[in-house]
Amino acid sequence: MSAPTVDAPAPPPAPQEPAPPPGGGALRDTIVLTLLSVLLALVVGAVLIAIASPDVQNSAGYFFSRPQDMLGDAWTAIADAYKALVQGALFDWTADSARGALRPLSESLVFAVPLISAGLAVALAFKAGLFNIGAEGQIILGAIGAAYVGFSWSLPWGGHTLVALAAGLLGGAIWGGIPGLLKARTGAHEVITTIMLNYIARYLLAFLLTTSAFHRPGRSDPISPAVDSTAELPRLFGSSFRIHAGLVVVLLAAWGVWWLLERSTIGFRFRAVGANPSAARTAGISVARSTFGVMAIAGSLAGLAGAFQILGTEKSLTGGVSAGIGFDAITVALLGRGSPLGTVLAGLLFGALRAGGVTMQARTGTPIDIVLVVQSLIVLFIAAPPLVRSIFRIRAAGVETMQVSKGWNA
Amino acid sequence: MNVLYGLLSPTAGEILVDGKPVAFGGPGDAVAAGIGMVHQHFMLVPVFTVADNVMLGFEHVRGGTFLDHAAAREEVRRLSARFGFDVDPDALVEDIPVGVQQRVEIIKALARDAQVVILDEPTAVLTPQETDELMGIMRELKSAGTSIVFITHKLREVRAVADRITVIRRGKVVGTALPTASETELASLMVGRAVQLTVDKADTEPGAAALAVSGLRVVDDVGHVRVDDVSFDVRRGEIVAVAGVQGNGQTELVEALLGLQDGIATGSATLSGSELIGMPTKEILELGVGYVPEDRSHDGLIDSFTVAENLVLDQHDKAPFAAGIRMSPSRVRARAAELVEEFDVRTQGVGAPAGSLSGGNQQKLVVARELSRPLTLFVAAQPTRGVDVGSVEFLHNRIVAERDRGTAVLLVSTELDEVSALADRTAVMYRGRVVGIVGGDTPRDVLGLMMAGIPLDEAAEAAAHARPGGPAAEASPVADTPSGGAA
Amino acid sequence: MSATITPSAAPLAPPDREAVLQVRPPSWRTPIILGVLGLLALVAFGFGAKSGTKSTFGLSRGSDAIRIDPVALPTRTTAIVLSVLALALAGQAAWYVSRRRPVPAWLSGVFAAVWLLAFLVWAIEGKSISFVGLLAGSLALAVPLIFGSLSGVLCERSGVINIAIEGELLAGAFLAAVVASLSGNLWLGLLAAPIAGLLVALLLALFALRYVVDQIIVGVVLNVLVIGVTGFLYGRILVQQQDTWNSPGTFQPIKIPLLGDIPLIGPVLFNQTVIVYLMYVVVAVVQVALFRTRWGLRVRAVGEHPAAADTVGIKVNRIRFQNVLLGGLVAGLGGAFFTIGNVGAFAREMTAGQGFIALAAMIFGRWTPLGALFAALLFGFANNLQSILGIVGTPIPSEFMLMAPYLATIFAVAGLVGRVRAPAADGQPYVKS
Repeated sequence: MSAPTVDAPAPPPAPQEPAPPPGGGALRDTIVLTLLSVLLALVVGAVLIAIASPDVQNSAGYFFSRPQDMLGDAWTAIADAYKALVQGALFDWTADSARGALRPLSESLVFAVPLISAGLAVALAFKAGLFNIGAEGQIILGAIGAAYVGFSWSLPWGGHTLVALAAGLLGGAIWGGIPGLLKARTGAHEVITTIMLNYIARYLLAFLLTTSAFHRPGRSDPISPAVDSTAELPRLFGSSFRIHAGLVVVLLAAWGVWWLLERSTIGFRFRAVGANPSAARTAGISVARSTFGVMAIAGSLAGLAGAFQILGTEKSLTGGVSAGIGFDAITVALLGRGSPLGTVLAGLLFGALRAGGVTMQARTGTPIDIVLVVQSLIVLFIAAPPLVRSIFRIRAAGVETMQVSKGWNA
Repeated sequence: MNVLYGLLSPTAGEILVDGKPVAFGGPGDAVAAGIGMVHQHFMLVPVFTVADNVMLGFEHVRGGTFLDHAAAREEVRRLSARFGFDVDPDALVEDIPVGVQQRVEIIKALARDAQVVILDEPTAVLTPQETDELMGIMRELKSAGTSIVFITHKLREVRAVADRITVIRRGKVVGTALPTASETELASLMVGRAVQLTVDKADTEPGAAALAVSGLRVVDDVGHVRVDDVSFDVRRGEIVAVAGVQGNGQTELVEALLGLQDGIATGSATLSGSELIGMPTKEILELGVGYVPEDRSHDGLIDSFTVAENLVLDQHDKAPFAAGIRMSPSRVRARAAELVEEFDVRTQGVGAPAGSLSGGNQQKLVVARELSRPLTLFVAAQPTRGVDVGSVEFLHNRIVAERDRGTAVLLVSTELDEVSALADRTAVMYRGRVVGIVGGDTPRDVLGLMMAGIPLDEAAEAAAHARPGGPAAEASPVADTPSGGAA
Repeated sequence: MSATITPSAAPLAPPDREAVLQVRPPSWRTPIILGVLGLLALVAFGFGAKSGTKSTFGLSRGSDAIRIDPVALPTRTTAIVLSVLALALAGQAAWYVSRRRPVPAWLSGVFAAVWLLAFLVWAIEGKSISFVGLLAGSLALAVPLIFGSLSGVLCERSGVINIAIEGELLAGAFLAAVVASLSGNLWLGLLAAPIAGLLVALLLALFALRYVVDQIIVGVVLNVLVIGVTGFLYGRILVQQQDTWNSPGTFQPIKIPLLGDIPLIGPVLFNQTVIVYLMYVVVAVVQVALFRTRWGLRVRAVGEHPAAADTVGIKVNRIRFQNVLLGGLVAGLGGAFFTIGNVGAFAREMTAGQGFIALAAMIFGRWTPLGALFAALLFGFANNLQSILGIVGTPIPSEFMLMAPYLATIFAVAGLVGRVRAPAADGQPYVKS
């Protein structure tokens, strides 16, 4: 009602109360919540592993006569799987040499590098109120650009890598810029356009691999020539570890995104447009320019991930170059709550899960898909703090909802 | 009122209908108990027809579930005819004027046999003339046996139509009165102290024209003409008010001056010789235009940004806050601390999010930002809407002070009291046109008639007749800027 | 002011209502785009074809009761005639716009069909294809899209964005295959599929409505979750014990007497599996229910203006919850088509983005069941066309034809071919203040 006086009746304790200024309490709350979410997701994953284990299915057949068999089998299945996960992700204490024992760490970082880069692409867009589901396509375009420069141009050491990385940035920027431009010009929702562009990129890549410019002579499968050794990202710790200089680049990129958002006028405008576009517009900020700019920069970060794939690990372009990184990037950005530091940490976690998942699959036959399950559950739990709180019976002390997009019409 | 209509649950107390206590789990229960409500923001689905809107929730059906459109149409026609409404049941709600939409709301309530109809600020969107018609409808409903709860903050309307008056302040009943009570009595009940609405304002001699608008026309996205051939000017050291009932083109006029219109603006608006139409908002602001938007939470502030960040929203890329693209957070904070002090913004600190401030302090924040740099033109749209009385005085004084510094001030207000208190000249808008431009001392009843689209000379005459034994019209037309739109 | 004043003053005649409410004429964009496309068809397909060649269409299959001889059309002449027809349609669109009337949706649809035919005639120049096979294949490819887009319509009409269609389809496909294999009964599999979709939808509803998590986020994450769970179980169980867990078999087509014998249409529409017949029913029911019943009126009100619905006693979030679950049932059923309706066994990520094309079909069909049906058929046609043309050899790379649905959707949301408007409250959680 609109009584002549100003005060409205006290609202019910709605979940959308403004967040308290970031202090120790809220931050601690966030960390606790994140850890509990990871724990919960691992528990659910464990249940799946146990259910699907052939031994458990066997012993379940005589559960009522000897229940301890099934429980024992379940425990063994879970322990074996998660042990292999840790061995594959961090440190393999069963390896013969120190190099072998440390190799998993290197592998985790190898997986984490493109995840972080693409995660930054999603996180940056979040900060500007945009939901970039198009990292997958942007990665593909970045990979196309980096690969083309890598195998068809001849440039000297160092320079070649830099130019190839720049081509990756450019490819991603174009693919991110298109939805940005469409949104700015016509209001077309970026979620729809980026999803569609993912598929267009995939078919574009498939087409390019059939052309003489990209197809490797003498091969019948769709694969490009390998990039020149001058274009490769150098390995950081010698040839026995796959981790490459992309790690340094991506950490610089994360710092750059932080600086852009928190210390630059451009980032100020991005954040203003993201938080309240009409107020930003009233203050003379061009919403259209920001929308295009943020999507182009986000696209270039995802394109960088594509370049890492080509120049750091894969060496040549195939139809599967994006490997679902673009979709994982969404979960990385969500787990990192849109902040650059959070995205780096989340990328490291999911990279480790990936690397560990490979070992787990090889050693225990547990399909790597369990990693997707754990990953998505972590994000779901984080997105719904009240759920986690009710499971662990802890009280609320912070922001409660996760709302980024505002519907198709916003 | 939302409690009465079942949208919120009461924490204590009870509601009696016809002497019997009722408990509402939702609006459905309230409707079943015979309570109907016409909401301030209409609760109509724009893409539905009138008939669909009227039957929503209480559908006429055949065969258990299939909609009976014929019956719904018939019902709308019947009720419409009974009160002389002239509402087409098949029109889409988004296509009909606001006044007619309100009638659809009333039909909605009546179609559900409402014994009690609650009208929540129904006149905010109506011209004085339409308001009179609404009052006629209310009297008719009353004589048909319907009880009406009429919520308004406009004292004249209360006295004209109510049988009994209850005054609520800060959620409490502070008194009851009869319509014979004087406006001052009611007003002091409402605000809890004697009201002083005049502002100390010395006469000044305005300088040369700063803003000159001529033949301005704004057509919105769907092709409606919102501002129609508007011309006026604002001189340095002068406050020109744009008065009118909400929705008569004032918002679009101001947005066009700031380069913010959603549709297409044509014509001319020059500020010290620079053409504003077609210029990007950023450049307009850089010419020395300050702007307090009508809806501060929507357009003026970013709730999640800190007080400091909000204070540099339009200056964030200028020295001393930025060098190149690098911003200086410490300088932003330092400047914010000064402004918070100067404008008496009550906040926990410049690092607090703007959303945590009270309405009045949010408005001071916006005004502080806009007045923190030298201005040629200051545009203030509804600067005191929803602001507590203490802040109103402060804001009014700042606006006058800005005028006295030689700034041209364009004030947009729907409140006649505010217009009378501040304006040196007043342009009255009706349906996108300027009906007339008059001096600041024009009597409010003349302004009121002009807001209904009646030209100045006729309005002055009518007002003079209406005043018992009144003198001839004392309105002083200001002839130097003839209005293009007045018929 | 006192009410006695007004009658004495003659009010200013209100400005001409036409002047205030003059509606902007419909955009010239549509006729121009249609015209350009028509000209393109005339130049490329008509004059681009060699004279003297023929394009042959088979109009019946060997098993049909009534056989029709294949029709051999002169490529050049036919393509020119069709192109001119397309240009005439563009002209009619221009006529509508010049009369300040919007271009009707059917016109764009007919244009698309004619244009595609012209393209087809040109593409199979000098060759022969089975027209019946082309149409039947298109329908088959469209079936899961139709179910998926109907799921989207049900959710989004009530105001909940459903990005999880992909996950619902995949879950339906998985459970249908597993249950049918274990029980040896396809019908039980068909029953299980919607339940799988329902479970995914339950999570969507729980997180989006109960915990007010961003609907797009929930949808995206649920897709990953379903891919993960089905992929995991597939790799761990279905692959290891293929015979027990993943050999459900498929439904056989049932020919409807009489209707199935109609030339051309019969074999395409009425000699299909039970899932396709269910699809007809679901489309019709949703279309009627949404626009002709009390339930539909309320659902649309909730999706357009939840506060208004609330004030007349409609339980907004309850309706949304119900509709999300209904959508899950429908999409899950559609998922069954992938396994027990078509392929016969589950494979990892076998929906391969069809859920997103379904989303596109829903948008392209302007959030109506019939519109979604036709959009899905069009996408199915484009998809089938590329695989058939891939076999007979075509002048256009198949990858570009695979892109077509996605490109079309981008054009649609960017307003290049008429603006699409989502339900006003789509994606916005309703929390009482």
